[in-house]
Amino acid sequence: MSTIAPSASPLVERDATRKARQWGPALLVFGIGLATWQWLLPALGVERYLLPALSDVLEAFWDARTELLRGGWITFKEAFGGFVLGCSVAFVFALVLARWRPLGNALMPYMIAANAVPIVAFAPITNAWFGTLSPWSKVVIAAVLCFFPVLVNTLRGLTSVRPESLELMRSYAAPQRVVFQRVRIPNSLPFLFSALKIASVLAMIGAVVGDYFGGSTEALGVQIVSSVSVAQYERAWAAILVASLIGIAFYAVVALAERVVLSWHPAIRAGVE
Amino acid sequence: MTPEPVVSAKGISKTFGKRGVTALQDIDLEVRPGEFISLIGPSGCGKSTLLRVVGDLVEPSTGEILVNGKTAHRARLDRDYGIVFQAAVLYDWRTVTKNIALPLELLGWSRARRAERVGEMLKLVELEGFEKHYPWQLSGGMQQRVSIARALSFSPALLLMDEPFGALDEMTRERMNAELLRIWAETGSTVIFVTHSISEAVYLSTRVVVMSPRPGRITSVIPIELPQPRTFETREDPRFFELVTEVREALHAGGVE
Repeated sequence: MSTIAPSASPLVERDATRKARQWGPALLVFGIGLATWQWLLPALGVERYLLPALSDVLEAFWDARTELLRGGWITFKEAFGGFVLGCSVAFVFALVLARWRPLGNALMPYMIAANAVPIVAFAPITNAWFGTLSPWSKVVIAAVLCFFPVLVNTLRGLTSVRPESLELMRSYAAPQRVVFQRVRIPNSLPFLFSALKIASVLAMIGAVVGDYFGGSTEALGVQIVSSVSVAQYERAWAAILVASLIGIAFYAVVALAERVVLSWHPAIRAGVE
Repeated sequence: MTPEPVVSAKGISKTFGKRGVTALQDIDLEVRPGEFISLIGPSGCGKSTLLRVVGDLVEPSTGEILVNGKTAHRARLDRDYGIVFQAAVLYDWRTVTKNIALPLELLGWSRARRAERVGEMLKLVELEGFEKHYPWQLSGGMQQRVSIARALSFSPALLLMDEPFGALDEMTRERMNAELLRIWAETGSTVIFVTHSISEAVYLSTRVVVMSPRPGRITSVIPIELPQPRTFETREDPRFFELVTEVREALHAGGVE
């Protein structure tokens, strides 16, 4: 260890300065943002019902931390359930549509049209289907939100294979199952992960908005609505903060999984180095 | 007694689409074991289509094609040939080793046997030390060598090559030509090689098949009796230049402007 340290240290230092240069501006903006929130906005006379000071929001979070974290957990479970359900059904659909192209050609226009539908508009309807208090109404909204981007992206990944890649498999007399295993599915993974990252965000949106239309009083979205209705703005913002942090963490975990699974991908490699 | 031809094409025609673009017309060609045949002609002359007919990747509209004495379809199912395209067509998610081993996996070879063969292939194409590299970490010439190693890994008697060095620079191309001839001599396989480079065709081949477009047909077949093995001196041999001229004139006679 000690023998390599002297030669390694300049490299480490250079790496550290490069990291500082890379992350410095973003951290600076973060600091300015927090300072603006805490001091500048109240000084400019922004009322607390518009945006309470950061310290008040943090205080509200600390006071209600047990309920907020429990609510966050409940809403995250709804979002995650919807994510898993929506993404896996979409992946299977994409496989089927890629395997039997006429079916895909027949259904795809409707899938793309459905993707443009504001699905959260259905939230009150799913409440009617599954019962307002049931987590399933939120799971289904989150799942439907995840479904379309994953389907459309995965299908594109499964079908955008170079013709020579397929000719090569044909020259090996490979059956369709093998073509999917060895070529189409690996080819679709970068597309799939782009969609999964989008889906992780959509799932949280779906679950929180689903909560807005009613649910277990403990759920995060329900807490936001009820806090606002009794003018507890600090508490509502604290809940929003929890929802945001959960959303960011969810996204980060998916992005991390992408890095691990796609370690062969040139773009990922370039990013790591 | 002449040995059974590796490829025997009789009266092959191929028409594409409803408007009936004739890509190939009345192709007769026989390829004997150990030959190195180049198909040369301008774009649109059907040389790549003819290669794909041999590989059963395109079905001819009329005519009969036999590969190793069987139908081209049967030969494909028996994995009688290896194919190399202009692009290396490597799978980005597989290392060099796993790309070369792909056909062996499909043939159900054991892991140990695969590893042994991949080692031999890496030696053949001089890529030892690059086992764990991914395709994007290799130069164009190296990628094409991996592609050739993959095509040869299961020892097919026939190698089909569709402008394999077309995307490479002149220097790399000449080096790859020399390597291909060495591999051809070492493996004793039969090669059908599509190119649009006259000097490449003359340098590599035992026979050059000249094709012309609209409709794609064979206009002449020129035997290249330059001594084997071909070396860098071959390119300076006066006979080499005469043959290059002969092929060029055949191309012009075939209606290439």
